[in-house]
This record gives sequence, C-alpha cells and structure tokens, in this order.
Amino acid sequence: MLDATPKEFNERTSGGMINPAKTCQPIGAMYAALGVHGCLPHSHGSQGCCSFHRMHLTRHFRDPVMASTSSFTEGASVFGGGANLKTAIKNIFQIYNPEIIAVHTTCLTETIGDDIPSIIKEADIPEGKVVFHANTPSYQGSHITGFSNMTKAMVGYFAEASAAIKKEQVNLIPGFVNPGDMREIKRIAHLMGAPFIMFPDTSGVVDTPMTGEFVMFPKGGTTLGELGDSGNSKLTVALGRFASSDAAEALAKKCKVPAVTLKTPIGIKATDALVMALRRAFVREVPWELEEERGQLVDIMTDTHFHFHGKKVAIFGDPDIVTGLAEFAVSLGMAPVHVLTGTPGGAIGSDVGSFEEDIAAIVGQAGLKANIKAGGDLFTLHQLIKNEPVDLLIGNTYGKYIARAEDVPFVRVGFPILDRSVHSYLPVVGYRGAMRLIEMIAGALLDRQDRDAADEDFELVM
Amino acid sequence: MAQALAIDGRQDFITTKGRQISRLKCDDDSIAGAVSQRACVYCGARVVLNPITDAIHLVHGPIGCASYTWDIRGSLTSGADLYRNSFSTDLKERDIIFGGEKKLAAAIDELVAKYSPKLVFIYSTCIVGVIGDDLEAVAKAAANRHGIEVIPVQSSGFAGNKAAGYRAACDALFRLTAPATPAEAALAGKDRSINYLGDFNLAGEAWIIRDYLAQIGVDVNVVFTGDASYGELKKATRARLNIMQCAGSMAYLASQLEETYGIPYMRVSFLGLADTADSLRRIAAAMGGGDLSRRAEELIARETAAVQPVIDSYRAKLAGKKAAVYVGGGFKAISLIKQFRELGIEVVMVGTQTGRKDEYETIDSLVADGTVILDDANPAELEKFMAEKGADLLVGGVKERPLAYKLGRAFIDHNHDRKHPLSGFAGAVNFAAEVYSTLCSPVWRQAKTGGDLNG
Repeated sequence: MLDATPKEFNERTSGGMINPAKTCQPIGAMYAALGVHGCLPHSHGSQGCCSFHRMHLTRHFRDPVMASTSSFTEGASVFGGGANLKTAIKNIFQIYNPEIIAVHTTCLTETIGDDIPSIIKEADIPEGKVVFHANTPSYQGSHITGFSNMTKAMVGYFAEASAAIKKEQVNLIPGFVNPGDMREIKRIAHLMGAPFIMFPDTSGVVDTPMTGEFVMFPKGGTTLGELGDSGNSKLTVALGRFASSDAAEALAKKCKVPAVTLKTPIGIKATDALVMALRRAFVREVPWELEEERGQLVDIMTDTHFHFHGKKVAIFGDPDIVTGLAEFAVSLGMAPVHVLTGTPGGAIGSDVGSFEEDIAAIVGQAGLKANIKAGGDLFTLHQLIKNEPVDLLIGNTYGKYIARAEDVPFVRVGFPILDRSVHSYLPVVGYRGAMRLIEMIAGALLDRQDRDAADEDFELVM
Repeated sequence: MAQALAIDGRQDFITTKGRQISRLKCDDDSIAGAVSQRACVYCGARVVLNPITDAIHLVHGPIGCASYTWDIRGSLTSGADLYRNSFSTDLKERDIIFGGEKKLAAAIDELVAKYSPKLVFIYSTCIVGVIGDDLEAVAKAAANRHGIEVIPVQSSGFAGNKAAGYRAACDALFRLTAPATPAEAALAGKDRSINYLGDFNLAGEAWIIRDYLAQIGVDVNVVFTGDASYGELKKATRARLNIMQCAGSMAYLASQLEETYGIPYMRVSFLGLADTADSLRRIAAAMGGGDLSRRAEELIARETAAVQPVIDSYRAKLAGKKAAVYVGGGFKAISLIKQFRELGIEVVMVGTQTGRKDEYETIDSLVADGTVILDDANPAELEKFMAEKGADLLVGGVKERPLAYKLGRAFIDHNHDRKHPLSGFAGAVNFAAEVYSTLCSPVWRQAKTGGDLNG
C-alpha cells in the first residue's frame, strides 16, 4: 500500500504531514478528563470534534466514551460561543447530571477567542456542581499537550495546600497511558506502602466490567476531594516529561509540593527509578513481592537475551512511551536505529531536555547512534526504514502499513491501537509490564523466524 | 440516568408509532450539551469523497481532522491506493495568525511532486472557515501550475451538520464531472451504461452489484464513489441513468446531474433479498426491459434459490427476536427494517443521524405500532428505549457498539467497521450469518450470569 514512498529523501519544507504520528490536543484533554470521577468531558467546538474523539477513544478502549459538545453553528462562530457553552452547561447538568464538567477548547473556539473562564462564571451551575476548563488549541503541540494541559488544569482549579504540614502521601501523575498501566503503577505504590493520589486515573472508567447495565459515570476516576488534597502531599512523581511534568510543576508552584519527573516506567531502569523515588520518600523497605518480580524480570531477560542482541528496531509513538521503550530496548541489547514521535520535541513548559536529547543520551550510553526525530510523520519513518532496514517495528496501529510494506515484525504499543483488543487492560509499565513486552517482542521475532525458516532450519526448541 | 432524558427540546425528535401523529423533527442542529452521536460537515464530505482511490485528499487544518479520518472507511480499491494515506497541512499557530494559503500551496506542490496525482481535493476545516483562506484561489493557481485538477471542498465543520458535508462533497463531485470539452459534453447521457450512486464499496459491496448488473447486461460507468478513479469520474455524464442507493449523501448530486445533463435517476436498495430483487427488476426495465428483464429474472431466480434456504435456516433460529436500529441515513434504516423482517425479526426502535422527513414517513409506514422512532439520539435515549422495548440486538456504528455490549445486547456494525459485504443476495446471507453469530453467541450466557460471584 505504501509502494509510492520513495527511498530518496527530498527535503520537505511545506510543513505538511503525510501519515501523521500525532493527533490534536482536544482528544488528550478528553481522555485526561475521563480520569476524574463523575466528570463529563465537554468539547467546546463543532460537533465533529467530539464525535471524532469519542470514536477514536472508543475504538482504542472498546468501552463507551462519554463526552458532550457545544454543537457549534455558523452563528456561534461569528458571534462567539458563549451562548452555546452556557446552554450546554445548563443542559448537561439537567440531563446527564455529572458532578463535574471539564470543558476543553478546540481550534475553532481558540481562534474566535472565546473567554472560557468568563463564560463559566456567567453560566448557570447548580449548587455543588463544578465546571473547570483547559485551553487546548489544536494547532499547538499534540494530543499529549492536550492531556498535559487538562491535567495541569486539575491542579490549577482544585489543588489546595490546606494542611499545615504535608501528608505522608505521594501524587502520582501517570501520563497518557492505558488504564491497565495506571492500575499497575497503583499496585506498585500499594506494595511500597506509599499512600498515593493518582490523577488523572482512567482505570475503572474506560475498562469497566460487563454488568448488563450502562453506567454513564463509572466507579473509577480521581475524586474532587483527592484532587484538592493533592496540594497536601509531600511529593509529586510525574511519570513522563511530556504528559505529566507541567502539572507537577504547577503543583509545586501553587502548593509547594516537591516534584520529581521520571520517565514513564517502561522497562527495568525506569521502573527502578519509580520504586527508588517511593522508597526514598517513604523510607520503607522495598517489599519482597517487588524484589521477587524484579528478580523474575532479570531472570527472563537473561533467559532471552540472545533473541534480542543486536536486533535493529524502529520505535515510534508518543514521546514519553517511546522514550521508555527505547531505554528498555537498549537494556535488552537491541539497537533502536530510528526513533520518532509526532509530538514537537521540546517538553512543554520544561526548559530542560528535549525528546531528541533524551533519546540520544539513551542510545549514546550504549555506544549506539540513531535517527531521532520529533515532530515527524510516518512517511519519514518509512523512508528511514527503507534506507536502514530494521528487524522489528514498535508503535501504534498505524505502523501496520509500514510493517506490511517492508515485511517487518510489528509489536503494537501505544495509542491508538485500533486493530487488536485487550491491550488497554494489560500493562507495559512496571516489572510485569516489562515481562509482557519481552513476551510480545520475542513472540514477534520468533514467529517470524518460524515462518521464514526452511524445513531443515525449523526448530522445536528456541 | 435514563429517566433524566427529558431535555428541553428533545421531545420533538422522538415519536412512537401509533400513539402520536408522526411529526418528527429532523435535519435540525443538535442541542448544545448533547452527547450526540453526530459528526460535522467535514466528516460528511470526507466520508463521501474519500473512496476516490487515485486522488490526494489533502486536509487543510490542524492535524486532528486528518488523523481521525485516516483510512477509516473500509472502502476497497481495485487500483490505486493513494486515498488510504493521510495528508494534512498541519496548521500551526503562526499559520492561524498569518494565514495558511502559502502553506497549502507548498503542500500541494510537494505532494504532486511525490505522487503525480491527476486530482487533488483540498478540504476546508473549521479554522480555515474562520481565518478565511481563499481555497478557490489556491486551488486554481495550483491546478494551473501542475496541469491537474485541484478541487476545494467547502467543509468547515461548523457550517451545518454531516448532511451539509454530503452536499459539499456533491458540489465537488458535480464540478469534477463537468465535461471538459464540447466533444465530451456531446456524449452526455448517450452511453448505454449507468452510474451507481451512494455505494462506497465497503467490504467490496459495489463489486457485487457491478457483477449482478454485468450478468443482466447493464454496464456500470462509474460508482459514486466506491473504488472510483479520476478517469472514470470524468466520464460520469455519459451514463444514461443514475441509480442511487444512499440517498442521504447523493440525492443532491443526482438531481444536479438530472437538471444539468438530463440524466434521470432512480432510487434502489441492495440490502435484503426483496429490495435487491426489486431494484434489479426496476433497473432492467428502466434500461429497456426485454432481454435485460429476462436475464434479471434468471439472476434473481438463481440467486434466490441459492440463498433462500440458508436465510430460512437462520430465520428458524432468529424468529421472534427484536432489533433496534440506529444508523446514519434514512435509506439504510428503511432497508434494515425490511431485511430484519425477512429474518423474522421485528424492529422495535429505529433512529438515524441524518434521516430526512420523507424517509421518516416511510419508516413510520413500515414499522409496527409501538415502535419508537427517533432522530439524532443520545446514548441515554438508546439505552432507555432498547430496555423498554426489549431489543435483543442493536445495529449501529463505532460509538454504539460498546454501549450495546455493556447492556448485554448483541450488535451489528452497519457502518465503516463492517467486515463482510452486506449488499445483494450474498450480502443478505452474510447479514443473516452475522445476526445469528452475535445474537446466539455463547458469550451472552456469561454476560447474563457473570459479574456476580456473591449472587
């Protein structure tokens, strides 16, 4: 299908994208808002935006995704969307009755300049109900930026340093990951005996059990009380520079909660960093369960290292996930030769580091070199692979075109995954997630070896 | 939550056959704040045009609009596959401030250099409508520069609903199909072939119909727009007759073609045995009858004999079940009601996103008393009426699937995510098989008792 992709690089200067490796801010904001308990995300824009985001999230999670829209018309786009948003807020509380509405903007409402805080102030909000917002212009950053902005808005609106001294609890900001990953991060915190507040937390919201009933506001999600109390924690651990550090820094500024930004805990090194951060803050011994898990992971890594060593891999997707995957691939002895994200490379609000620098450091430590690109598209990735072929491709569903065109084994990790199920329930983070990644990667490589082997080379034991 | 759906202004969009006079409100804007299942103008235009296989479909806007519509339609191709790529100008803040025309022109130049297309569609998105880029001017200049056709699609998301997008797509198609030379214009309506409007070749459906018509002796000139190519579309006006399946998207184009080139059109439906047979008979008659009609009868007899026993075997297993239908357009809803009846299944709730008044009248005349009819439904309404009416199965699109499953009900995708062709005689069997496999799956036994280990 991608036969037309040429091998030769011709400089592209228009700034246009061919086969994007990102999407727009509002969907990230919608996903983050789903991680607040009793919250209905609201898309302030045309109804297509809301419909597309719900469709995309529904395909990825295979669970109902609820969100409302201001249903913009021509009139609203000329005279401003204030009336639409106020009507929407009134209708939403009347019909769907959420505890909270999380408004995010779109390119349209950003451009016409709707002043959301003023509109919310004038809106008819029932006693005890809450409306908050994040500005998420689609023409800046990516869906990761939108996730970050909505998470930061939770701090801006709700976090309060109400206690005289900080509590023995940690804020965990998981970033744009699956509910399965959020559950695993919480399990690790539990095992470490660290009381925690995770926000946002979409577990129990987009991975709900089948009960025969449709529940519009499922059991999961960070409560408003927890968001408020996050200002009293003695530490914030932001997982992922791109999706989580802004909220952590805002919390540090607003409520003097010390913040540490770690990599998304994919692989042994990044998971160690999370466990160590919790141990340092809570002066507890790492429990045997985690020691055992880590030991098992190391055991598996040694059992399987010969499958991975020297294998060339291309990794693409969202920057925090890709960074974790690249680090883990290196620790397995693989060579990430092409590493690409569609999200622009400078971490939002952070003046240190960038995607390119982070990845260069990871591969550099192993004495390797890679083609590293932020703000890239999959056309570029395909060209890179044509020029330096790889043994494995890791990324979201959209990688399947390249995998097919170049006949490369493909492991699906990230967002969105539209053609496989269960992925959102099982983690890629933590020691257990690392084991799962090894199973997926080794499975892909060995299935290919089996498929391609001549009869005389076809082996029972591998 | 279901009891709380009495949102002001929604009552007019819902009716129950037999209890109220059917004055259903439709084709209106969604209410602000609704968890609407509807999409926008851009979405409507994009889904209609996207199946054109050898065109560059360049989305002029921030990245999202292109990302969400990348290869989502499941339209199959027998030739080029350029349409399965996603092209965007990826507008950034500076473009919003200074205008995006230069970037658009540069993007077209790059894509033309890479892919040498004969045709480029440039889709306007919300923001382009606001910043006021002159797509016509950019398109004209690019067309002159490269000697190809560049057609702007006026699909700013906020300028109406999905149906307005269908119209924008029809405008683009009408423009594209205009004869370029007097010689071509002289051929208008002269060919012995027909055009097939409103089939997007999902899972290869248009190929099935093309094959049936070939067996009867009717050539299909071009399909709008499933598996269509630039070259075919340029000869569209030669056809003697337009047959139209999805009227929601294509009625405007059909009437334009009739008005301008005198090509008559007739509505057809290839969903279900009865509608398929009826449509084939009418097409044969319209094209002159005689041998055509004889061959049509032979085909119908042959195909019916082959599939009727299979359908009957499914009917024996499915009779008495109840279905709810919530689909995009009215034509599909009408056909589904009939098709379910062929399987012994009664439709107890039916709704559409963009159905028109006449279509709702037909629906009302088809369904039994007590059937709920609703326009632009939200999830709460779907849940309430499925429960109230005891529907065992929901037919819908992407967003309705998990909702149905959560309610412990079977589901059929009759939209972009369908995996088997549902058209024609073969499609009727696929449909029956799919209804059977979802309704009678053993998983529902777990669903009914599962989730309560303390019960």
